[in-house]
Amino acid sequence: MTLSPQLYQRLGAASGLLGLLWSMLSIGTLGPSLGLMTVGVLLYSWGLYGPKGAGIQNNGVWHNALTNRGLWGWTLGLALTAFYVCIYWFPEVLGFGKETNTGVVALFDPLSYTLNGNRATQWFMYGTLYSFAIVVFGGKFLWKYRHNRYQIFRTLSVIFFQLIFAYWLPEFLAKMNPETPYFAKDLKNMWPLNYYFFDSWHLKNMLKGETLGLFFLIWGLLLIFVISPILTYAYGKRWYCSWVCGCGALAETAGDPFRQLSSTKISVWKLERWMIHLVLVLSLLTTIGLLWSFFGGKTGREIMSQQQFLGGTLIFLSICLVGIGVYKRNAWDRDTQYTLLSLGFLMLGSLAIHSFSDPRHILGLSAVKVQKWYGFGIGAAFSGVLGVGFYPILGSRVWCRFGCPMAAILGLQQRLFSRFRITTNGGQCISCGNCSTYCEMGIDVRSYAQRGENIVRSSCVGCGICSAVCPRGVLRLENDSPNNRLQEPIFPLGHLNSQKGTL
Amino acid sequence: MDPVIIIGNGIAGISCARQLRKRSDVPICIVSEESPYFFARTALMYVYMGHMPKRDLYPYEKSFWKKNRLDRIQERVVEIRPEEKTIVFQSGKTQTYSRLVLALGSKARSLPLPGSDLQGVRGLYHWQDLEALEAHTPKLKQASIIGGGLIGVELAEMLHSRGIEVDFWVRESSFWNTVLPPEESAIINRHIESHGIRLHLNAQVQALQGDDEGAVSHVLTADGKEVPAQWVGATIGVEPNIEFLKQSSLETDRGILVNPYLETNWPDVYAIGDCAQQKNPPSHRRPIEAVWYTGRMMGETLALTLAGKKEAYRPGPWFNSAKFFDIEYQIYGQLSAQADPKNESQIFWQHPSAAKLIRWSFHPETRLFLGVNSLGIRLRHEYFHNHLLAGSTIDQVISGMQAAYFDPEFYPNYHPSILKTLNSY
Ligand SMILES: Cc1cc2nc3c(=O)[nH]c(=O)nc-3n(C[C@H](O)[C@H](O)[C@H](O)COP(=O)(O)OP(=O)(O)OC[C@H]3O[C@@H](n4cnc5c(N)ncnc54)[C@H](O)[C@@H]3O)c2cc1C
Ligand code: SF4
Repeated sequence: MTLSPQLYQRLGAASGLLGLLWSMLSIGTLGPSLGLMTVGVLLYSWGLYGPKGAGIQNNGVWHNALTNRGLWGWTLGLALTAFYVCIYWFPEVLGFGKETNTGVVALFDPLSYTLNGNRATQWFMYGTLYSFAIVVFGGKFLWKYRHNRYQIFRTLSVIFFQLIFAYWLPEFLAKMNPETPYFAKDLKNMWPLNYYFFDSWHLKNMLKGETLGLFFLIWGLLLIFVISPILTYAYGKRWYCSWVCGCGALAETAGDPFRQLSSTKISVWKLERWMIHLVLVLSLLTTIGLLWSFFGGKTGREIMSQQQFLGGTLIFLSICLVGIGVYKRNAWDRDTQYTLLSLGFLMLGSLAIHSFSDPRHILGLSAVKVQKWYGFGIGAAFSGVLGVGFYPILGSRVWCRFGCPMAAILGLQQRLFSRFRITTNGGQCISCGNCSTYCEMGIDVRSYAQRGENIVRSSCVGCGICSAVCPRGVLRLENDSPNNRLQEPIFPLGHLNSQKGTL
Repeated sequence: MDPVIIIGNGIAGISCARQLRKRSDVPICIVSEESPYFFARTALMYVYMGHMPKRDLYPYEKSFWKKNRLDRIQERVVEIRPEEKTIVFQSGKTQTYSRLVLALGSKARSLPLPGSDLQGVRGLYHWQDLEALEAHTPKLKQASIIGGGLIGVELAEMLHSRGIEVDFWVRESSFWNTVLPPEESAIINRHIESHGIRLHLNAQVQALQGDDEGAVSHVLTADGKEVPAQWVGATIGVEPNIEFLKQSSLETDRGILVNPYLETNWPDVYAIGDCAQQKNPPSHRRPIEAVWYTGRMMGETLALTLAGKKEAYRPGPWFNSAKFFDIEYQIYGQLSAQADPKNESQIFWQHPSAAKLIRWSFHPETRLFLGVNSLGIRLRHEYFHNHLLAGSTIDQVISGMQAAYFDPEFYPNYHPSILKTLNSY
């Protein structure tokens, strides 16, 4: 007897929900619950992507109440949001206790003891579930795009970085160095995505953390100031956002069924540009302020004085300003202007911080409070609750689009100097719009492709799905000389007298 | 000042309007009965299959039309009076024009069969065709498609995606073999069948049978089969949508006859896109080319003329593409289904197992490169466009082929295998 695809999907959904219920009721151990959920996802994907054979699997996406912002979508969105609210603000609801754990969190105790020698926290539970989701939904995604090697390699990469770098290695290092105070040990989680990297307590802990701490301090600085610019120049921001980053990893796997919900409206694009760059400027200013106050403190003073820090900051910002200005002198566009303006504003801001702050107060605000509110606003509310909780409503990359300062930095660089672009294949576009619909960053890819124009956008994370879903082979992600990247549209396309630009 | 009126808001009419607005401030008015806004006809299938929501059919947001001062009227035009420079709407209203652009597009050809007027027998061209199909879908168990072209295979995929059994009736001995060479056509035959479509080649449909309510119920074939079908897709091709002009003094043949400047015999009246027929097409092009790209190119070219810079329509090398279920197809230049060995030699490479193939055509004596087509491998338009314009030889094209592939990164590199095959010719 053969089972129908729908039956596979139902069985899968049932098994997954049973697993979820199991863990919520906290029966026995974690294993069976995760097992049931895994089996559920596998059965579901088998039913969904099996019968059609290898190829694009978007049949019925907009007919399904889970993926077209229907009843099931809203239900899931609410459930996810509630889960995040519990983790951030009411961990006791999940069973995290002062002395011992109960409930769901307790299920994770044995695993936590094995990995890091302590009982589970709600964060350990979250990290485990997060990685679990990336692995099983990554498996589903691999099956969905089994015909596409770019997607396969990319997905294996995010699974690897999540499991080894984000999940296992930090726990392992913590277990091996039980004496050192806490500092972030995720090798790929760089500032400003790791928003507390430059907080005084974190810097102090790294400095007190012996060789390992020092290594992470130097690595962190190298990563953002040297390694990342080089890689972004060579490959675009995708090397991070869709190949390495943990937020990206969840969006690309568990979030994939919701990518089509990202709005492509021009008004949303405008909002996005303002928001993400405001967040960036804010986070840079906050970081400068926090560092400034750090160098006023006991540990910091031994490294450099506040004057020296201010001087260094100003020199660094001027180098950026002049460098970009010179590099872009022949292609002086709006983006360049805004970038330079923001850099100027940051220099003024640094001066203001130096003139109007004291060690405990940055521009009249308590340093501790600034830390806290920034962490709450950006770290918790935005990336977690809105970012993931709203997957089924706003699409899978809300955080990356509107709130991630890291994405903003990489995006600026991608836009200003990088070899990366999406090449449009001459005149082959039929304006069908699949590319725009499935762009998780809400880029209206079609608006470029139908004019024969390459796509060079700061927000593009290089997931490659536009290229995959295009039925006419129009789009290709490429790294090539930066000079021929922003070619003008050809007009009229395919005509004998066609010329670049508008005739 | 009277506006430039464009009848038809398809790719031809809209390309013309956009480019004209970029170059001129003349009032522009776009008339179309089908839809209030330009939409991508090419994506109708994706809406039906649930890949896209209807709103994503529209390449431009609503604000675009206002911002660019492109007025729109959604109504049917029933008559044109060239002496008075006036068009007449179905409602009886009239409107004068300074210049008139006819971008009327096509319509599905109706089946020359008894029973073709039954309910549920319909082509797929306009938005309303899709609406009708959508409305019927809940009741459909089996459907038949008559005519094996590009729209036919799209319709097969559409119906199949909604769980409807499909009988696909094709008159030819192999799918689309008027365009595809035998190996390509055979790959597609197998692929269509692998999806569970019942592909009937060499098929002779004799009549359509209806039920008591006048809805289609069966397809009757010449060899006496009676195959149930609650929907019959008529996909035997399209023809210019110019019925209302046939009795007028406008020169028409199958389409509206135009010269290289896209002018008709009426003063200040032009025709572009699917509905235009070139009186003297260039040697490498057909008089009517009902595809997206030519509509766009004609519209863009005519815009220059209307903006005061008279420009002839001189299409470059032919190109086109399609997708048959999961197999992408591209063509650049000329490549015949049945090459005449005197004028055209062909060489091809085929993957031993996967549905991947590239074929090149060239002149047997001069070795002039003529064209290329591919299945399952993406090729770079610019590469072949430039070689075709430059008059390169097949050997030049082959030697630079490494730069011609357009598959995503990390895809298998078939180039060594391709070279090996080609060297053995
Ligand atoms: C399902 C489908 C898939 C296709 N896929 C492809 C593809 O992949 N690649 C490709 O190259 N081509 C494809 N085509 C063909 C392509 O869509 C057409 O060549 C193209 O749309 C023609 O554009 P047009 O502007 O000439 O006319 P149209 O798009 O037909 O626009 C003409 C408009 O004028 C209106 N009109 C006509 N007469 C009147 C009147 N008297 N009064 C008012 N309004 C009127 C019509 O209602 C229509 O809206 C496809 C076609 C279909 C139907
Ligand atoms: S690039 Fe491809 S997917 Fe996007 S509109 Fe053009 S043909 Fe469609």
